[in-house]
Amino acid sequence: MTSFKVNGDEVEFAGDESTPLLWVLRDHVQLTGTKFGCGVGQCGACTVHVDGSASRSCITPVAAVANKSVTTIEGLASSDDELHPVQKAWLELDVPQCGYCQAGQIMATVDFLRSNPNPSDADIDSGITNICRCGTYARIRRAIHRAAELSGKGD
Amino acid sequence: MLSKDNRSFDADRRRFLISGATVAGSLVLGMPAVSLANVANGVQQIGFFVEIGPDGNVVIGSNQPEIGQGVRTALPMLVAEELDVAWSQVSVRQMPLGIVKTAEGFTWKYGGQGVGGSTGLTGNWDYMRQVGATARLQLMRAAADRLGVPVSHCRTRPGYVLCDAEAAEIPYSELVADAARLELPDEPPPLKDMRDYRIVGKPQNAIDAIDIVTGKAKYGIDTHEPDMRYAVIARSPWLNGRVKSFDAARALAVDGVLDVFEIKGPDPGAPYLVLAHGVAVVATSTWSAIKGRDALDIDWEPGPNAKDSSKRFWQQNRAMLKKRGQVVLDDGDFDAALAAAETTVTRQYQVPFVSHAPLEPQNCYVFVEDDRCHVIAPTQMPSGASRSAAAVTGLPRENIHVDISRVGGGFGRRLTNDYVAEAAMISMKTGWPIKLQWTREDDLQHDFYRPAGLHEMTAGLDSDGKVTAWTQRLASASKYYRRPNMPDENLWQAELYSDDFPRRIVDNMRLEYFHNAIGLPRGSWRAPAHTANAFVVQSFLDEVAIETEQDPLRFRLDLFGDERELPYENHGGPQFNPGRLSRLLKFVAERIGYGRQLPERRGIGLAAHFTFGGYGAHAIEVTVAPDGELTIERIVAAIDTGFAVNPRAVEAQLQGGTIDGISTALGLEITVKDGQVQQTNFHDYPLARISRFPARFEAHVLPYDQTPTGAGEMGIPSAAPALTNAIFAASGIRIRRLPVADQLRQALT
Repeated sequence: MTSFKVNGDEVEFAGDESTPLLWVLRDHVQLTGTKFGCGVGQCGACTVHVDGSASRSCITPVAAVANKSVTTIEGLASSDDELHPVQKAWLELDVPQCGYCQAGQIMATVDFLRSNPNPSDADIDSGITNICRCGTYARIRRAIHRAAELSGKGD
Repeated sequence: MLSKDNRSFDADRRRFLISGATVAGSLVLGMPAVSLANVANGVQQIGFFVEIGPDGNVVIGSNQPEIGQGVRTALPMLVAEELDVAWSQVSVRQMPLGIVKTAEGFTWKYGGQGVGGSTGLTGNWDYMRQVGATARLQLMRAAADRLGVPVSHCRTRPGYVLCDAEAAEIPYSELVADAARLELPDEPPPLKDMRDYRIVGKPQNAIDAIDIVTGKAKYGIDTHEPDMRYAVIARSPWLNGRVKSFDAARALAVDGVLDVFEIKGPDPGAPYLVLAHGVAVVATSTWSAIKGRDALDIDWEPGPNAKDSSKRFWQQNRAMLKKRGQVVLDDGDFDAALAAAETTVTRQYQVPFVSHAPLEPQNCYVFVEDDRCHVIAPTQMPSGASRSAAAVTGLPRENIHVDISRVGGGFGRRLTNDYVAEAAMISMKTGWPIKLQWTREDDLQHDFYRPAGLHEMTAGLDSDGKVTAWTQRLASASKYYRRPNMPDENLWQAELYSDDFPRRIVDNMRLEYFHNAIGLPRGSWRAPAHTANAFVVQSFLDEVAIETEQDPLRFRLDLFGDERELPYENHGGPQFNPGRLSRLLKFVAERIGYGRQLPERRGIGLAAHFTFGGYGAHAIEVTVAPDGELTIERIVAAIDTGFAVNPRAVEAQLQGGTIDGISTALGLEITVKDGQVQQTNFHDYPLARISRFPARFEAHVLPYDQTPTGAGEMGIPSAAPALTNAIFAASGIRIRRLPVADQLRQALT
């Protein structure tokens, strides 16, 4: 039995401890905002936060999050009325096309901005490695800068 | 989801529709003359597309699959504009597949449904505006009846019918029940003057963005239905291979694995329902199914393509081009013009197989019961999903309900519904509701790849440097290779669009085709043959200009010339105006400062191309370092889609198409060795990441007239040749083989 928290709620998983966190979230907890893209940690569509750090859940065995706290895209905003500044920036810049990778992009950006509160373009180039197949990178770059502005003002 | 309730709901509506169709032509309008006010929790509905709630909120149906191209925003915008409601009050409901059986066969219930070839918007431009305009007219007629005035005394403002003489102002929500009962007009009412548009033509954000950034948007992969089981398939790693035998014991021993059985694939080269032979594993979770598959012991029969390889394919293409092929176009007198030319230039270009790789791997939910079947599919072609499920189950199509999920990327991959057929086979065999899941490895190894080809170009020029003779000779693996009723002599039609530039501009022009066989399945990949041919033609123009000491921009502008309509009979016609390419090319060249003095090792490349009715151009500036490292310094892209219904979404398609074109040109290729696809995941099929693309990236939407074209494919074809032309300008290295990969490093070190 593996116990951990997801978005503040206690979760228990009785299955194989080597099961990737991604599939526990999607099939067992039925939180489907976290996406499957490659299964090998390449694309980042499955990015969640484990104790606040961005992690690729498709290569994170559930055993590795025992007694830890996981945040998914569903739990990022403090409430339905108050989105996270990164989500706000994504809306303002109208980033998504198909939208499939964007939960992972947003989760990666939230963690990235914690260590790079005022990032340069070069910081973004080295710090953001998620794949977007639709090619929303031009808007993602602008949205990251905008989110940095909003975070600076807000907090 | 909605499944069962939705079915009975639809059955009721179908009866109304059919009775309405004969009297009032409601099929065309999607507007049956019936009130559905009692059906859905007090929400009142006019026809199939428009619901108006008591609070005045409006729900508009979107009939097309949303694959990231923005139709779920753009199509409801058209309805809202004509209906005259505030866009802020609109939400959107995805409609299922609607087909109706008639004496003449199946016909569309909600208008044609399917997205491909950049037709999602253009195919519904009139239809959706008529839906909105008709609903508005019905609301005005209901108000006129209530007030006892002629309808001509009524007008609207957003959400209200006004009658000035009576000083009346009635909200739509109070009229919709009456409006829904009125018989339809014989003719759709006149449409709004485009100059009065408040919603259409103005930049709007994607209506689903809020659901996407909060993780609420539901894709096919997110389907959860009661009692659902999970399935994966081990497909033959050999092209056209078969299952000789398999041992399921170890797979069945994996916790959660419920069943293991064989899936029959197609015969080599035959029309197909599914892509490959394989073994299905059904389990209680996705991960158990994957673990079960890993534990399978399968003995494969390699089959007839076991010796196929990319190496052999390219050797064969080179050998073919030494012979005479099928002449598919022969304008003027090419041989004489070439013989008379002052200068001739010949070059060969190689375009690889590539995979679609939508980020949401293929998946599908299917539940086959005795007399019916429910499909929830991320698909570009829901009617194809219905046909696939019918072919597998033998059920009549009217008993197959297809719900369309949001789609995590299309790019042409989801024009085919092989994964729907697979899921139907598994549900039929087991009796369970099944969600079939592909992994990324499945996706890259089993695709309908963009055809690869070797192109030989020759141009003849007179002493003034004008092109007098032009030929393109292509040896490729046509994507039409396994279509039913496709004669061999038509295979070229998928690979060469004969009315493309420079048709009717260069008088003596010949196109020649050679079909080469390989076991790789082929299909449509975003802007199909345009991606290959734009790279080839726009690279060759650069080479001819430079060889004959002409400026690449001036040379192109002279060829494209001024605005004029040329006949164009391929998809995207009936006309092609090369002057619109001149306009875009001049624009991007000016924006990027073409012709200015550049630092050492830096260069600017240009290209422009006409794609399926729309026009695109790119100017790209790069630096090639002494060790071959490539930096893209700046991108200026421009698109002319006539009229842009949602300029912000058209800009997004141009940005995305540009990135797709560059990413593919830089690093992507599917290769075959010993009858197997070699690439398995994103480590060896390296889609470009954000670091590849500069902050200095402009995308311009330049309107032209009042007629919209699609926007999904116009932004991609000219990106790759602009990039490789820039590489040449910066380094003197001419890329004649895609992808660029490590060619620069190899050339310089």
